[in-house]
Amino acid sequence: MRLTRSLEEKLVNLYRQTKVVGGLFRSLGQEADSVGSAYALDRAKGDILSPLIRNLGSMLVQGATPLEVLRQYMAKAESPTRGRELNIHFNDLERGFLGQISHLGDMVPVMAGVTLSFKMRKEPRVGLVYVGDGAMSTGAFHEGINFAAVQRLPLVVIAENNGYAYSTPTSKQTAVSELVAKAGGYGVRGVRTDGNDVIAVYEVTRAAVDLARAGEGVSLIELVTYRRKGHAEHDNQSYVPKAELEAWAANDPLDRYERRVIESGWGTAEELRDIDQRITAEIDMAVALCENEPLPDAATALDEVLADPPRAELEWYRRLDG
Amino acid sequence: MAEITYLEAIRQGLTEEMERDERVFLLGEDIGAFGGAFKVTEGLQARFGEARVIDAPISETAIVGAAAGAAHMGLRPVCEMQFIDFLSCAYSILTNYVATARYRAGLSTPMVVRGPSGGYVRGGPFHSQNPEAAYLHTPGLKIVAPASARDAKGLIKAAIRDEDPVLFFEHKYLYRRIKEELPEGEDVITPLGHAAVTREGRDLSIITYSAMVWKALEAAERLEKEDGISVEVVDLRTLLPLDDAAIVATVKKTNRVLIVHEDTRTGGLAAEITARINDLAFEWLDAPVRRVCAHDVPLPYAPTLEDFVLPQTEDIVRAARWMAAY
Repeated sequence: MRLTRSLEEKLVNLYRQTKVVGGLFRSLGQEADSVGSAYALDRAKGDILSPLIRNLGSMLVQGATPLEVLRQYMAKAESPTRGRELNIHFNDLERGFLGQISHLGDMVPVMAGVTLSFKMRKEPRVGLVYVGDGAMSTGAFHEGINFAAVQRLPLVVIAENNGYAYSTPTSKQTAVSELVAKAGGYGVRGVRTDGNDVIAVYEVTRAAVDLARAGEGVSLIELVTYRRKGHAEHDNQSYVPKAELEAWAANDPLDRYERRVIESGWGTAEELRDIDQRITAEIDMAVALCENEPLPDAATALDEVLADPPRAELEWYRRLDG
Repeated sequence: MAEITYLEAIRQGLTEEMERDERVFLLGEDIGAFGGAFKVTEGLQARFGEARVIDAPISETAIVGAAAGAAHMGLRPVCEMQFIDFLSCAYSILTNYVATARYRAGLSTPMVVRGPSGGYVRGGPFHSQNPEAAYLHTPGLKIVAPASARDAKGLIKAAIRDEDPVLFFEHKYLYRRIKEELPEGEDVITPLGHAAVTREGRDLSIITYSAMVWKALEAAERLEKEDGISVEVVDLRTLLPLDDAAIVATVKKTNRVLIVHEDTRTGGLAAEITARINDLAFEWLDAPVRRVCAHDVPLPYAPTLEDFVLPQTEDIVRAARWMAAY
């Protein structure tokens, strides 16, 4: 969680220095959802997750590195997508994360297909896909979860209810007061828990993962949390009541977990500080490494649209002499 | 008279039509109190109320489908796609249901679907698309793509008054970069189906639309100054139905045609225009019709890559020189 937050804070600095080429998306206050749920998967067994824009933490748990994320945001040649895609839109099926596209809900049917392959090959692997209160309004979400439910696929659907989709409050996104109510309509298990309690998130997700692995099909888990920043860094959240923001700032998932660690005797304040320092050093090193790297060579734009031919045609007007 | 931007021109057009006709209403994601991702509808909910400026869930199929139903019942919905890249989510209902309604069922569906298209803004593959070719092949739709503030206003008003479904592709790069003096209140209408000659010329015609009109005009300036080539620039304004008469007229005048669009080449609008020139004015040509379009790849994010893939003014200049020398 600390790595997620510190990395995003570093990205804010880089964004303000105009080193981030496009937009910047924060998960401030929601880190426990991504991290707690991703830890419930078993990387050794080859579980795969598919994040949305506020699930950087889940990718870091699966082994994505700060260096990769920094290069993505800054569109560097050495970034995982070599400058073709933005922010955390990247994948590594080996490490167990499948990148999203901007069209919300689409990853639900795709992850149904990923988990269908597990079922067909009788592999004891589990898939996990994140949606938000907004993505659940799409047709793709509906078709995907329904398909997965009918096929009893080993899929866990995390519904992150963070209160807003861009400027739209959840009450204008759906007429149910709890997203988990939708589970019944698909015939899947529904669970709802405090998304700012990382242990609770881990426990409910772990139970759903175990059931999925045992052939018990799909679970829909609603995590109740709050988006403490705007949709992206440019958005000043003018539509959000101040009191709401303050109340949720007092319910910060990192603060809560740190208190719990110390109160339970799992660690000391000093140890936590050491972790923070190690994380800061790791991020600073990654920034130093890639900050001045070049952007991709222009002509690589033509590569790999297809396997065969491997290179798109250079347009005739670029083949004319000066 | 104050200068207004391309974006403000669209807002003015929407406002005037909503005032003129109580059947007109807006439907889209985050368009109400928030005023839309680009603020095109800013202030309209305060002015016209929540019943006429409706915030929708993230459900493009529902937005387009609900607009169709309301249009059948005599209302005049204007849908906003937050980015036109998301129009593809409603592709089925738009092409199967909306576009065929008049022909198969005698149903009138007077609705507009508008939204920001286009690149040059480092938006990556899902916030930069030019989707016109996907819909050009659908009988029953009209497609509009304004280049100027005046046409942005005139065409949105004409689109709202039209009896058929109109796709209105705005260019996000132009939103705040293009300014023009426009009379408020005066009924600025740009009729659908009519191209405009934006710059008169004798030696070569550039047929284009949307943001590429400005690049074509820049290229024309340079060609005039540096080469003494007189370039005519034709702004199509409406892409479906195409203005065949305007296309033929410019072919007959200059005998050389370069087509420029920001969309990728294969299956793009230039192919259709070229075929029509072959059909209607082949004997008037002194050179093959050629096109400057984006490379056939998804639009990448990194500035170096995006600039390489999309047509630049320099590309138009070089292509035009080749055409003029042919």
